[in-house]
Amino acid sequence: MSTLAIDKAGPSRKIKYGSMSRDRTWALRWSYFFLVLFAIFFLTPPIYMLITSLKSSAEISAATNPWWVFHPTLSNYVELLSSNQFLRFFWNSSIVSIVVVIITMLISIPAAFALARMKFWGSATLATGVFLTYLIPDSLLFIPLFKVLGMVQDITGITLLNRWYVLLFIYPTLTVPFCTWIMIGYFASIPKELDEAALIDGASWLQTLTRIFIPVALPGLIAATIFAFTVSWAQFLYPLVFTTSVDQLVLPVGITTTLIKGDVFNWGQIMTGALLGAAPPLIIYAFLMDYYIAGLTAGATKG
Amino acid sequence: MADVVVEQGRAVRARGARKGSSLRNALGRKSTVAFFLTLPLILLIVLLVLYPAFYSVYLATLNKAMTKFVGLSNFTFLFKRETFWMVVRQSCIFAITAVVFKALIGFIVAHFVHNIPGKKQRKWRGMLLVPWVIPPAMSTLAWLWLFDPSYSAFNYTLSFFGVGPIPWLGDTFWARFSVILVNVWYGAPFFLIMYLAALKSVPEQLYEAAAIDGANWWQRIWYVTLPMMRNIIAITTLFSLIVTFANFDIVRILTSGGPLDTTHLFATWAFQVGIQSSDIPLGACVSLFMVPILAVAAIFILRDVNKRGNEA
Repeated sequence: MSTLAIDKAGPSRKIKYGSMSRDRTWALRWSYFFLVLFAIFFLTPPIYMLITSLKSSAEISAATNPWWVFHPTLSNYVELLSSNQFLRFFWNSSIVSIVVVIITMLISIPAAFALARMKFWGSATLATGVFLTYLIPDSLLFIPLFKVLGMVQDITGITLLNRWYVLLFIYPTLTVPFCTWIMIGYFASIPKELDEAALIDGASWLQTLTRIFIPVALPGLIAATIFAFTVSWAQFLYPLVFTTSVDQLVLPVGITTTLIKGDVFNWGQIMTGALLGAAPPLIIYAFLMDYYIAGLTAGATKG
Repeated sequence: MADVVVEQGRAVRARGARKGSSLRNALGRKSTVAFFLTLPLILLIVLLVLYPAFYSVYLATLNKAMTKFVGLSNFTFLFKRETFWMVVRQSCIFAITAVVFKALIGFIVAHFVHNIPGKKQRKWRGMLLVPWVIPPAMSTLAWLWLFDPSYSAFNYTLSFFGVGPIPWLGDTFWARFSVILVNVWYGAPFFLIMYLAALKSVPEQLYEAAAIDGANWWQRIWYVTLPMMRNIIAITTLFSLIVTFANFDIVRILTSGGPLDTTHLFATWAFQVGIQSSDIPLGACVSLFMVPILAVAAIFILRDVNKRGNEA
């Protein structure tokens, strides 16, 4: 860029172009400068997690330079990954998130198909209702849900409170509305000629869905799956309220309640646990960034 | 287009009638199929969202043991408590300040990312979105450790500049500042991504036309970028307002409402009152106070989303 600017500055007629590209170069430099500043702000906590997770307790309490590891050790990782309790949290989180993703897809794909293609009585109202449900936050519902679950438990005799599987019923309230909403958008963008052709060829509605809509809207499906998984993995309030026994906890609640013992903070282990807990969403994000971002922006741009 | 689909439904019905099987007739009908396809969704929404939502209104009118109907006395009790008004004020300060800063930072950073060459944008965007990807409960733990009073990395760094140790979470002002800071850190990347997508959709010709007319960079932003992005800015801001107003994770982990309940939001206070002190009706009552502001924001979002749908 800069050599280009110098070359062009030679003949007097092209000075204008030269100064313009010099302006651009400076704008670019300033952009990078500020981007680096913001990147430092955005990446400090995760990097600090990593730094602390590589330190021994002795090094942390020695209060040396907190931004540097003098004696890197993997002992925190070894300790956590060999602790049955932590593996239990990880297992609970994994099973809950995976089953919730499956439930979410089973509910939202057919519903989105019906709402996008079959105009029936009340379909527009229902689509709006789905979107409104998405706007209801978890912090509004946790108290009545706690009581409702208690009532269901009393009536049916099935233990629900303090069991990890209760989350399988609760999490879909967070994932299904948004997934249905963005799937409606993706399905609606499929040309009508495609499913008309299928109908003319004698396909039933279900065949149209499985043979045409799901394959064509696969990118949207992946985005919705990622959303459902990350939301279930990150959910903190519901498991905090509905589960208390140590063997029933999911990762976010497990780390915050068991690794913090009274006033003693074993920061090396807490940071290791937090990093391991953040790993699955980060790995998914690293490999499927475009789908992740598509899902993020779809909520406001589709529909 | 819709006519064609209706005709097909009629064709299916006619064929069914010819075969004389009324069950197949009913099953093949479009509205029946549609009903069964949406039934799980409707059940989920009615049983696990709508019913609890209305049940919470009922709960809020019971006494602490949930044996007696007490009408509105839970509400009047709250109105007389100073903590309640502090929570109202803090929730508003928290939500408004955080959303404004998130929107500003998102807007500014989106421009910087938009400025750099296309190939590098992907890398930077990927890096800057990381705070949004990490589960908030996990990243807030990292912030808690950064704010730690005795081994705090922040205070260690500040000591080189001669700035005395700051009680990040121990002092009312700094605790409020900290929870907002963490929320801004977590939420700004979302704005960044939304604004970046919006910036990309502004046609380049508009900027060229503005440049020919002699517009400076400020005029270009004010007269071209902002009007073109108005809808997405409105939706993102309103959406973020809802999420921030109902925030729980960050405040719960960082301060648990302290010092002296000064950083409590509706959600965390409702949790403390309703679950920890097991006064469920009062907790339900507290969280119900979120409804008005959420409803207003939701109405505006719905309007903008529909407008957008009609434009497209």
